[in-house]
Amino acid sequence: MVRRLSVPSATIEDVTDIIVAEGLVKTYGKKVRALDGLDLRVAQGTVLGLLGPNGAGKTTAVRVLTTLLQPTEGHATVAGLDVVRDAKELRSRIGVSGQYAAVDENLTGYENLDMVGRLYHLGRTRSRTRAWELLERFDLTDAAKRPVGTYSGGMRRRLDLAGALVAEPEVLFLDEPTTGLDPRSRLGMWDVIAELVAGGTTLLLTTQYLEEADRLADRIAVIDQGRVIAQGTADQLKEQVGGERIEVTVADASHLVPARNALAGLTGNEVGVEEHTRTLTAPVTGGVSMLVDAVRALDAAGVQVLDAGIRRPTLDDVFLTLTGHGAEDEQTAGAAA
Amino acid sequence: MSTTPATTAGTTPPRPRAPRERPVATTGPFTAVNDGWTVARRNLIKIKRVPDLLVGSIISPIMFILLFAYVFGGAISLGGEVDPAAYREYLVAGIFAQTVIFGATITGAGMAQDVKTGIIDRFRSLPMAPSAVLVGRTTADVVNNVLTIIIMSLTSLVIGWRIDTSVGEALLGFVLLLFFAYCISWIMAFFGLLVRTPEVFNNVTFIVIFPLTFIANTFVPLESFPAPLRVFASWNPVSTVTQASRELFGNIPADIPPPEGWALQNPVIYTILWGIAILVVFVPLTVRQYQRGAAR
Repeated sequence: MVRRLSVPSATIEDVTDIIVAEGLVKTYGKKVRALDGLDLRVAQGTVLGLLGPNGAGKTTAVRVLTTLLQPTEGHATVAGLDVVRDAKELRSRIGVSGQYAAVDENLTGYENLDMVGRLYHLGRTRSRTRAWELLERFDLTDAAKRPVGTYSGGMRRRLDLAGALVAEPEVLFLDEPTTGLDPRSRLGMWDVIAELVAGGTTLLLTTQYLEEADRLADRIAVIDQGRVIAQGTADQLKEQVGGERIEVTVADASHLVPARNALAGLTGNEVGVEEHTRTLTAPVTGGVSMLVDAVRALDAAGVQVLDAGIRRPTLDDVFLTLTGHGAEDEQTAGAAA
Repeated sequence: MSTTPATTAGTTPPRPRAPRERPVATTGPFTAVNDGWTVARRNLIKIKRVPDLLVGSIISPIMFILLFAYVFGGAISLGGEVDPAAYREYLVAGIFAQTVIFGATITGAGMAQDVKTGIIDRFRSLPMAPSAVLVGRTTADVVNNVLTIIIMSLTSLVIGWRIDTSVGEALLGFVLLLFFAYCISWIMAFFGLLVRTPEVFNNVTFIVIFPLTFIANTFVPLESFPAPLRVFASWNPVSTVTQASRELFGNIPADIPPPEGWALQNPVIYTILWGIAILVVFVPLTVRQYQRGAAR
């Protein structure tokens, strides 16, 4: 796909990387380092998922890249424009949709989008037509003339996203677009985003949902404490944790030993045993045929199997391996203690 | 370059991609005014859709007018004489001043609300004039104050208030009240951006604005004040804006002694100077605060 580039010639060597951040630091006072040397590169037309727990620095990174916040150190360019020096020009080329649906409750959906269009200086006529186009695209036509105060959470998020798209931005930033949405609205939002991305928009998406990054992003940067601690495709990250594993749960604790022997013999690998849950795991290759072989071997050894499956590593495993804590530990720590 | 795809004869040429309508981040005063108007319209729609706000700023001044006129009116003496009818006329300019100043606090509460809901971030991510959100907000709040003044004037006419001067002078009196309130609303906008929650903002301004509008000649003549309060009150711009509109409406009782101090003797000029000083300080300060944004 050919996309017209409108990048100043001075930065022509960077055209493939439409977002470049180098050594971004943002501190508040002396103690808080929201960003601690963040480096990012996003190729044009791709989706980067910025994945991390609450407080990892995702929102701060987006706010710096969208000119809302000035970095303490480091620099960043988006579409060849410096986020500090060229802030004003950059604002006309990006779209931002935040964690909080930034729409006016007292205005109707149509009025909200029309206002945004005018503030992008699209002119009266273009603002109006663009507002209707987007309302239709996001399935908000019926609600277009109702104040946003009457909208559901999912509708507000869609309207907010529509606001980010008013000026057909080259680069789109979505900060936790589905946080707080119910599962159905989340699926709807994913469809909308996937469709956008298929149209070739470069997207930087932050999320604390591993599934979301896996599903929407071409590449994922895992961030923790203001720094990128790993990046790559979802598959590359999963490989860091290891490949497929077989996972077997036996009916009785006395079956653990024969089951382990059977699996060790079959796979030639060390078998992990979790006595508490009566679960055994072992690295395997060969997918489903291996599973069939394993079940036969266990049956032959007289082991009663409650559950057996091939498990591919999830991004949750990635996070646990990389940081030593799960992605949502912070939230559950209080309850666990 | 031979590889450049040319239109192949015999086939339909590919439809050229429409040039992207790239909005240009134009600058200049015209854009700023335009952007300011766009935001003002948004705030005016709010006045229309959420009439509760307006009801609050209409009912309470009517209540104040009636309470002061009929509860205190019989006890407060002007120039040594208790004349309830004269007091009611005297009172009106004071109530007007107090009400438009309280009206200006809506600006700050509105800014705090916008920060809280995140719409300020939406605005800040747009290539609009940085002053537009503030200009739009303060302008819309002037409209709110105009509506309030109209309602209050009608109420006052009912209780016996009359304008005893020319139309021109009376208009100047109203304009001065609105101008002063407009300047105050820039101070409010600044603090609204600082505190970020409308509840906190309302509490704080109440504590400041209430004494400021009471330690003044709004409701009673300064003669009865203890000396330190009287000095403060006679240089308080709330006193001078009240004095100015009272004079311009022709509501000064004949037997009241002339005021002491340059400020009260030249209330129009003194009030305008205060207004300009406030704008000179707070417009840049508030715009800068808006550009810096709230760090979440």
